[in-house]
Amino acid sequence: MSTDTTASNSGAPTTPAGKAADYLDQRTSVGGAVKEFARKVFPDHWSFMLGEIALFSFVVLLLTGVFLTMFFDPSMALEEYHGAGPETMQGQLMSVAFASTLDLSFEVRGGLLMRQIHHWAALIFMAAIVVHMMRVFFTGAFRKPREINWLVGTVLLILGLAAGFSGYSLPDDVLSGNGLRITDGVIKSIPVIGSYMSYFVFGGEFPGDQIIPRLFTVHILLVPALILALIGVHLFLMVLHKHTQYPGGGRTDKNVVGYPLFPVYIAKMGGNFFIVFGILALMGATMSINNVWNYGPYDPSPVGAGAQPDWYMLFLEGSLRLMPGAGMEWVIFGYTLSLNVLIPAVVIPTLLFLFLFAYPFVEAKVTGDKREHHVLDRPRNVPVRTGLGVGFLTAFIILALAGSNDLIATHFGMSINQITWAFRILFFVGPVLAFLITKRICLGLQRKDRELVLHGHETGRIVRFANGEYIEVHRPLDEQERWLRVNYTAHKPLEIEPATDARGVKRKGYQKDKRWQRLSRFFYEDRVEPVTPAELAAAHSHGEHDEIAAERKSPEVTTGAESVERER
Amino acid sequence: MKALAARRHHRAAPVVLMLLALLLTGGVYAVLAPSPATADTASTANDVEEGDRLFQANCATCHGPNAEGTSQAPSLVGVGAASVDFQVSTGRMPMQANGPQAPQKPPQMTEEQTAQLAAYVASLGAGPAIPTDEQVDGAEGDASNGALLFRTNCAMCHNAVGAGGALSEGKWAPPLYEVSERNIYQAMLTGPQSMPVFNDANITPDEKRDIIAYLLEQRDGSAGGLTLGSLGPVSEGVWAWVVGLGLMIGAAVWIGAKSS
Repeated sequence: MSTDTTASNSGAPTTPAGKAADYLDQRTSVGGAVKEFARKVFPDHWSFMLGEIALFSFVVLLLTGVFLTMFFDPSMALEEYHGAGPETMQGQLMSVAFASTLDLSFEVRGGLLMRQIHHWAALIFMAAIVVHMMRVFFTGAFRKPREINWLVGTVLLILGLAAGFSGYSLPDDVLSGNGLRITDGVIKSIPVIGSYMSYFVFGGEFPGDQIIPRLFTVHILLVPALILALIGVHLFLMVLHKHTQYPGGGRTDKNVVGYPLFPVYIAKMGGNFFIVFGILALMGATMSINNVWNYGPYDPSPVGAGAQPDWYMLFLEGSLRLMPGAGMEWVIFGYTLSLNVLIPAVVIPTLLFLFLFAYPFVEAKVTGDKREHHVLDRPRNVPVRTGLGVGFLTAFIILALAGSNDLIATHFGMSINQITWAFRILFFVGPVLAFLITKRICLGLQRKDRELVLHGHETGRIVRFANGEYIEVHRPLDEQERWLRVNYTAHKPLEIEPATDARGVKRKGYQKDKRWQRLSRFFYEDRVEPVTPAELAAAHSHGEHDEIAAERKSPEVTTGAESVERER
Repeated sequence: MKALAARRHHRAAPVVLMLLALLLTGGVYAVLAPSPATADTASTANDVEEGDRLFQANCATCHGPNAEGTSQAPSLVGVGAASVDFQVSTGRMPMQANGPQAPQKPPQMTEEQTAQLAAYVASLGAGPAIPTDEQVDGAEGDASNGALLFRTNCAMCHNAVGAGGALSEGKWAPPLYEVSERNIYQAMLTGPQSMPVFNDANITPDEKRDIIAYLLEQRDGSAGGLTLGSLGPVSEGVWAWVVGLGLMIGAAVWIGAKSS
């Protein structure tokens, strides 16, 4: 026994923390995992923290949400309000849900602050998801092996919408009730099953007395559980794949250049968490959000001017506002088909999300690329992808602006009718224009990169030779700068096998291949090839040749030029 | 004088000069500025006569020499003193330019002239009179009942708390934060421009006062902090993106920049 203790004492930890860690490790063998994680390397860039902002907002949402559930009562029973809330609500008939929202805002200590932080965090959560997604899209981080993680992320975006919408409706105020009424209309517009679905969802004719308790379950149990689980999958896959990195010298698809998780990234992530939490708390403390007592308890009859959903649902509102009503409601065999609701509220969002889900697979197919990618693309190097992304965002933003058309009208002194017409046209023209312009800008930037690699930076130094000739001195790029600009693949359109085989027999699947080839041409017909080493060598020898020739014939007026190249 | 000249290049000299100049300008303005006219509100035959003269000079071009209306503007016979007082005291009339609707602007008539015009138009035919101070006193109203009435009758154009809203073809329902109690009452009573008339059978005088009480409640700001214009989720979204996410991305850039 005594020998045992002396033997284990030789390398035993002495500090209390060390002892505790050792205790834990002896019972769980967690040391190995900690060692592995602490040494995990992450590349460094501010845009890799956008997803963190979303994650940390979600943590804040969970913390404040738990607080709110302690006081919120999701009941649609009616009561006459007499409480500490505003003068304008006293004695009014309202649902218990609305009254408990007032109580938790005005009677619970810190309740209003918690509610406001919760709501601001929801807005920031969705906004951070969107910018994170933009970063992933434009840098091509969805390519193999990360397609599945892109799908998980897109599902998380949709779950975020579901969480936001269900939470927004809980206080049972006029504004969110209007939103529920629209939802009811959208459900009813679905052919054949619409009216049954509506009765199913609301437990009877709208608004019924079921919807708030049901949304409560969705909001505090179903959706958060799904989001948590999928965040787990999302992060697991991120660790499994290792993080992507921006292109640069020494960075390849086979390595990760960055800092270890411990201590650098732990510090950075911890710091970022407190910054996000701090900003959300500051917003909750100083800026009022969703003052439900302004709107009053829900009653299906009134609707206020400026009735809009939270920003992430604004595209749906805009889509509905843009849709012309006349001639769009058909009665077929006694069944009403409301295309004026079905198209903007069901078809358009389906198309938008279909684009998000399908894009990585379409791009992989037209690229014919089966390799793994861990080095990100610079957006300019994939002009059509960047163009499509900007086009998509343009459509989304135009819809969101159309959802705010009344506020644009009042704040810019314009006619709401003209704004609506302008947006109707822009919805179709804007994305196309945005696509074309973005693609051209990308190609232009690529050409500029070629110029830079071949001829170096313009220094602004003009040198005159004795024979009267002027040239501008160009400074060649250093290795890092050059690497960044030449190290990419300019994909070519797919090449497919001929329509007939060697014996002249028609090949099966040729038509399908041809369609993919056509799409591939759309992607990669216009491209700017990176500078090859041969081109670079040619350009340099050409420059040096000039320099030497010039020096021999007529010495420079100024001296000290590092490398002189003729301006063409 | 020499001491003054020596200090003219002093660092603070421009600031001191600027302060002196501002003080002088302010002083001169205070002395020379026109003082607001004080008017006797009781209308007399003299007022009607004076109002007629003002009407011929400022209003008759559009409303006709006898206020009978023209193709451009409605008849004013029977609109009452309340209507004239609302339109003229808020600067909406006389109208400066054709547009979707007459905007509010600094009033062109003094209080006395407004009263004279009102007396003249009231003399043309019976119409709603200017409400008394007691009728429009929001302190006597019930803000909770006002909230109910406002939600059902007014919010669809003026927004839930009276922040204003858009109407068709470039017209708008103005924000109500700065509108005087008397003008709110008169607007309900007379239905100016695109606004419907809410007569006393529709919304009783007591209920009108409740609505005023509700609107006065909105002027104290929000319990939750800055109101962001009380415009609802769109302005909240703009703030979330610009201020919230803007700060967070700024912080991310800062964190990311520190090591590289």
